[in-house]
Amino acid sequence: MTSFELWTTVAVFGPLMAALPALGGRPYLLRVGLAFGSTSTLASSVFLWIGVATQGPGRHALGGWGQPLGIELWVDGFAVAMLTVTAVVGALVSLYSTAYFADLLELELEESPGGRGARHFAPLWLLLWSALNGIYLSADLFNLYVTLEILGLAAAAMVTLAVTRQATVAGMRYLIVSLTGSMLFLLGVALLYIEYGTLSLEALSALEPTGPLPAAALAAMTVGMAAKTALFPLHAWLPPAHSGAPAPGSALLSAVVVKGSFFIVVRLWFGVYGGGSPEALTLLGLLGAGAIFWGSILALRQTSLKRLIAYSTVAQLGYLFVFFPLMITESGEWSADAWTGGVLLALSHALAKSAMFLAAGNMSYAVAKDSLSAISGVAHRLPMSFFAFGIGGLSLAGLPPSAGFLGKWLLLRSSLEGGHWGWAAVIGAGGLLTIAYVLLVLRYALDRKEEKESMRQVPNRMEWAALLLALGAVILGVRAVEMVDLLLLNGAQPW
Amino acid sequence: MIIDPLIEWEALPLAVVLSSFVPGIAIMFLREDQQLLRNTLNLVGAVAKVLFVAFMLQGVALGGTYAWSLEVLPGLALTLEADALALLFVTLSAVLWLVTTLYAIGYLKDSPNRTRFFGFFSLCVTAATGLAMAGDLFTFVLFYEALTWTTYPLVVHNGTPEAVKAGRTYLVYTLGAGTILVVGAVLFQVTTGTVDFVPGGIVDPTAAAAQPVLYTTIFLFLLVGMGVKSAIFPIHGWLPTAMVAPAPVSALLHAVAVVKAGAFGVIRLIHSLFGIGVSWDLGVTTVVVVAAAFTIIYASVRALAQDDLKRILAFSTVSQLSYISLGVALLDPMAHVGGLVHLVHQGLMKITLFFCAGLLAQTLGVKTVSSMGGVARRMPLTMAAFTLGALGMIGLPPVAGFISKWYLGLGGLGADAPWILGVLLASSLLNAAYFLPVIRTAYFDERNADWRLPESLKGLEADWRLIVPTVITAALSLGVGLLAASDWSPLGWALLIVERGDL
Repeated sequence: MTSFELWTTVAVFGPLMAALPALGGRPYLLRVGLAFGSTSTLASSVFLWIGVATQGPGRHALGGWGQPLGIELWVDGFAVAMLTVTAVVGALVSLYSTAYFADLLELELEESPGGRGARHFAPLWLLLWSALNGIYLSADLFNLYVTLEILGLAAAAMVTLAVTRQATVAGMRYLIVSLTGSMLFLLGVALLYIEYGTLSLEALSALEPTGPLPAAALAAMTVGMAAKTALFPLHAWLPPAHSGAPAPGSALLSAVVVKGSFFIVVRLWFGVYGGGSPEALTLLGLLGAGAIFWGSILALRQTSLKRLIAYSTVAQLGYLFVFFPLMITESGEWSADAWTGGVLLALSHALAKSAMFLAAGNMSYAVAKDSLSAISGVAHRLPMSFFAFGIGGLSLAGLPPSAGFLGKWLLLRSSLEGGHWGWAAVIGAGGLLTIAYVLLVLRYALDRKEEKESMRQVPNRMEWAALLLALGAVILGVRAVEMVDLLLLNGAQPW
Repeated sequence: MIIDPLIEWEALPLAVVLSSFVPGIAIMFLREDQQLLRNTLNLVGAVAKVLFVAFMLQGVALGGTYAWSLEVLPGLALTLEADALALLFVTLSAVLWLVTTLYAIGYLKDSPNRTRFFGFFSLCVTAATGLAMAGDLFTFVLFYEALTWTTYPLVVHNGTPEAVKAGRTYLVYTLGAGTILVVGAVLFQVTTGTVDFVPGGIVDPTAAAAQPVLYTTIFLFLLVGMGVKSAIFPIHGWLPTAMVAPAPVSALLHAVAVVKAGAFGVIRLIHSLFGIGVSWDLGVTTVVVVAAAFTIIYASVRALAQDDLKRILAFSTVSQLSYISLGVALLDPMAHVGGLVHLVHQGLMKITLFFCAGLLAQTLGVKTVSSMGGVARRMPLTMAAFTLGALGMIGLPPVAGFISKWYLGLGGLGADAPWILGVLLASSLLNAAYFLPVIRTAYFDERNADWRLPESLKGLEADWRLIVPTVITAALSLGVGLLAASDWSPLGWALLIVERGDL
């Protein structure tokens, strides 16, 4: 018997506890905190996975206070899948960050803003991790709001860690968008409470919300979450914010933080509202398609490495909405292919994008610059980072063997099954655009014209972290049976 | 010790794939100067692959099968299955990988980025053998797409602007068509509910007859996907451009592995998915036959106008590849034999020709026909091998190409399409028209390029690692023609496939 009580608590409060020693700011305290946070989330995802697979989804009331007063946690396949991949990404990025900030930590706190940023990364990230796990495990809307707010604050602060003017401006912009999104979410929560008098996701789902007020609530919450997920056309804040943060921060923001609000949108639409209206789903899908094209085209026009990757995130997040209209088939059934394909793409994006940001971080760490032209020839010095970037790009583009390939196969299957040729074309064309901008980076990195002698040595740990994340996307692409089974535990409806 | 080849050692197909995958990955982690270790890894892997394949050949000849699979998604598995048809392609890849590895070690000595080169080279072979043994369309597509991206670094290996441009062309063609292939494969699964390769086809004839438009669409999608690597007109344009790659790449990949992957895909499409009967009923084989016949003539005409030796060979490849598609799309077992056996024969002859082109370029710096005057006096072995390969391409007995053309001709008559004979004849004449001048220039013209006759005739004309593989493949081209009647010749194996109904 897996104890849901124990392991849900560990998942949410483990990183929070770990943040406490990390506040001490000494390098060994930071390492202790990150190690503790990583271990607790990895362990809880393993045990919760086993628990959910053997005992089915479970609910747990913290401190014995159930609905309507207390805090309830809810564990299902979707939550465990997100929790696990976040834990893997989080642990490896944590490992990376200990080497990435090592030099800055030597600096005196008072004299150097960079040193301050380096000290604040670990506690901020652990707080953020705790909030993310809280979102995955929340069983009611109020908890979701609270954790979402913490997530937003911590994420905006993380952008400003680089302590440059641009980063501060980007962070402020992110904060404003994020707060507005949370407000809209809270508005929706209030409307739902007025109508139904409960905030429990399960209870609301059983009531099958319909009518003008719940529809307005859903609209408000969706716009809020779309802004936080940077869904086209609300994406403008993302590239400066994600590219402004220090490399480990960029990786986390792009790979997992935006997935938090994405998770909530999925929970709302397919859990609480049971699919909403087909027209609205199509609209979300079209916005996703817009994101794929607009994000990819802008990615191709960037001269900065990190900005290019950030625009790629805008594009890839589009895929996470393209599966929305495919979720419910003509005959009113839930489409298992759309569901598992969509989530598989979200998971593979988390692994691949973190690998790419870390690899890019290694390249700019070596040349101390972030422009595409500055990394020319870097591939020969940092072959592992180069491969990490390439493999990550492979998965984004949906080329085998990778989880991205499987995700796209499943999405294509669900769209062709329903005869939706348009979506199939979007999915196919998006992959080709992805290859174009990934190749742009690889070409610069391979360029032999400028042979730099004075490259900074990149610690092994940083190279391995990037490569292991990329390999994660490949492994998930060769063996995804367990993951798909997990996602289909309670049928194709993600609830 | 006698090993019973019939024991069903399931992991053998996996071992064949891993014998190039593991060295490939290991090589990527080596330093540039760890030359000995790199070459050892490569050669051990290549020899191991040949041994594994030889073992399976015996087993399959005696009626055994080898299959291994790993479930990837519920209902979709990575399936490797070594049947007689798969082994035809795997054997070719394994043997030629071994000789090309030796050749590449000699060819690239002292050049930069060899770690990357040999790493990706091994990965390419992995993908090629994987798709050869793919037991279903899903596995095939997986390895087929992997073959695309593993080949790209080899095409752009030199890093020149020209190479980068060729690489872009290569990707636009192959990935564009690859996307269409994936859509077609998914559509096939959605429509038929399966992706398995089954001898004789898995498409239900009544279902296909009921929805001809849908099934024709699926066929054409898949045909575009396969046709691009098989360089069928009008999606052949990448192949001549890709010739900027180093000679071993052109030799193994652009004469054998990559292009044969496409041709093999066409075989699987017509015979293992749709079945020749259903394909004929849908009328789609006509598309294949006409496109292939046109490609044969068109590419030969284009070859006439080239001066660059590798480009001549590239257009010749485009032309010869379509023999395979033509043969397997005709409704006659003899034509199928001709198509299948040409898969091997063309590989042996063409790799010989590319090896020779590489030898000339590497040793004398001669890359064009116009500067080949008198090279035979300087490199007699090379030009002897070249002549043998070229005569085979023309179809002169007893070199391998004659056997292919003989069976294709029989098949054309059997399928009641005597115009095929006309195509074959025209192609042979055109082949003669662009190959014979090359041979004449090499043997009879005066030296017209900047190289010297050696002062003494001691020793070989070039590095032995370049000469030995060339002589081996040239001898094989002749040998498989002379010994075609043997059960173990490519012809014998192709006959076995067709007679057993393994196609």
